[in-house]
Amino acid sequence: MTSPLVDIRGLEKRFDLSGSFLEQITFKGGRFQRKQEAVHAINGVDLQVQKGEALCVVGESGCGKSTVARTVMGLLSPSAGEVHYGGQRIDNLKGGDVLPYRRKMQMIFQNPYASLNPRMTIQQTLEEPIHFHRPELARSEVREKVQEVMQSVGIDPDWGSRFGHEFSGGQRQRIAIARALAVDPEFIVADEPISALDVSIQAQVLNLLMEAQETRNLTYLFITHDLAVVEHFGTRVAVMYLGRVCELAETKTLFAEPRHPYTQALLSAIPRLEDDRPNYIRLQGEVPTPVNLPSGCVFHGRCPYANERCRQEIPRLIVTDGGSQVACHAVEEGRL
Amino acid sequence: MKSDTPLLEVKNLDVRFAVRGGDLTALRGISFSLDKGERLGLVGESGAGKSVAAFSILNLIARPGYIAGGQILFEGKDLAAMSERELRKIRGNRIAMIFQDPMMTLNPVLSIGTQMVEAIKAHRRVSTKAAREIALSKLRKVQIPSPEKRLEQYPHELSGGMRQRVIIAIALLLDPEIIVADEPTTALDVTIQAEIMALLLDLCEQENVALMLITHDLGVVSQVTQRMLVMYSGRIIEQGPTREIINDAQHPYTQGLINALPQMGEPGARLFQIPGSMPSLKNVPSGCPFHPRCDFATDQCRQTMPEYVRSGNVDVACYEVSNLIEQEKRMQEAGS
Repeated sequence: MTSPLVDIRGLEKRFDLSGSFLEQITFKGGRFQRKQEAVHAINGVDLQVQKGEALCVVGESGCGKSTVARTVMGLLSPSAGEVHYGGQRIDNLKGGDVLPYRRKMQMIFQNPYASLNPRMTIQQTLEEPIHFHRPELARSEVREKVQEVMQSVGIDPDWGSRFGHEFSGGQRQRIAIARALAVDPEFIVADEPISALDVSIQAQVLNLLMEAQETRNLTYLFITHDLAVVEHFGTRVAVMYLGRVCELAETKTLFAEPRHPYTQALLSAIPRLEDDRPNYIRLQGEVPTPVNLPSGCVFHGRCPYANERCRQEIPRLIVTDGGSQVACHAVEEGRL
Repeated sequence: MKSDTPLLEVKNLDVRFAVRGGDLTALRGISFSLDKGERLGLVGESGAGKSVAAFSILNLIARPGYIAGGQILFEGKDLAAMSERELRKIRGNRIAMIFQDPMMTLNPVLSIGTQMVEAIKAHRRVSTKAAREIALSKLRKVQIPSPEKRLEQYPHELSGGMRQRVIIAIALLLDPEIIVADEPTTALDVTIQAEIMALLLDLCEQENVALMLITHDLGVVSQVTQRMLVMYSGRIIEQGPTREIINDAQHPYTQGLINALPQMGEPGARLFQIPGSMPSLKNVPSGCPFHPRCDFATDQCRQTMPEYVRSGNVDVACYEVSNLIEQEKRMQEAGS
């Protein structure tokens, strides 16, 4: 196997909740106590993104999938762990050293109503990253480049003088994609890029992303909660739960034969057109808070197969005969 | 099983919004009916008018919107012509509504119990104690764990799924005949969505309550409803039995909507896409509002709005379909 384009190793991210030093101090039972609390958004995630693939990260809200995306992009700094790009560690780079990587890695956000600057015309929005990353280009070359990307995402280049609010949601997302493509990136992190769009528009944008992948040889890290999209779009899928990866497999394998009990429940919950009734695996309880993580397997409180070992020992990803990687004691022991 | 007069009958409903520069027509000649205990799905993309349709059933259209024509007959009485006082006796009591965002619906400064008791006492002369008992029984019905404790809690103390269960319990408080649910699970995760939809379906079946489910998710519609309406640009373009429409949609828009779903495509292949997007109310195209995006559009489609024709058990507003039916008829006549 060739070395991965993006290598995420032992990634952890905590968000401090307890505020400043003074806010942490409480007076209790005649003594001062210092109490620190944090949201454990990611707790040890290892992922490799291979060149040319679309790795989808799925999970429900609060599972840390967006935090993974933001940490990989360097928008957040990890609490522990490393992010490597093309063999070079990038999470600790400072100042100008990150710039070459910023050009190779671009991001598409969920809400195209918030991600476009309302005071810039589309032309300005698309020119800015090119001016910034390739200052050597002459004005005319920049303009040509902008025309080219606008055409490739299906936005009429004559609309360059319009502002973001003059476009529909689908068109705005196309513009956001054009902005990401404008600097010829190799790797695109897309955080729920179609969730805010209508069904018929979702198909348009999904087609556009697949086209771009083919013609520009892109690699995607695709964050979504929509499993039907994953099945269609992803090369491999990582399923996350409470900041950990519980299953990682080729898309076909995962949908044909989900191994982790959480993946099974998640897949069964997708409403399918051929269904006559909701037909799903019932889970007990709700997702626990990421402030006080459960001991052992994060899923044990809701898992029908949990035993003593699951309550105490954190399962590691193991490779199954089907080729998928699963973090579950029950699967490892052959109970499931 | 069908009774002679439906529980709710909407006839030729027109809803307009009076804005600067003239009226915008949000609903155009909407007609449908709902029988006792029937579950009806309302499908369409944003801007199709599905929420306006739901609100107008309860005559909740606020200024600048107004009902410009047509009737909303509930047990033979016209809600569109009723006084506020009379309406208040029906809203929440005989027809309950569930909204998309549970946090917006619940009052953040009142406990769950207070809100539920208030709702009961607004419609019935009962003691607070008796009202609390009703509230408790309904909370049990929606399978909320430790319902006594929930009565004392405030909305922010509950998770999204729990809040939506509370909302359903409140909707059920006065044993309504109809529940209108406007995208009740859009804000929730897939596994929670499956639970809530299953619960809603069970309750409607047990209590023989009619459900009007507004959603953009065709999978959910297929799981829960018996009949469905497809809306486009303020018009119903297709209505009939859910299974029949999902399996063999007649209108090109409905076909496109179903085929655009990622689960309909071969994984990795280009998805079917409907070009363009829904027209804004400010410039609805002449004739059939779908014609600019339709592959089958003819001059007839561009000039006049098609009437409904019956194909199987489905009513469709499309010239292409009516021409095909005509053709078939002629062939049959020629054959015999």
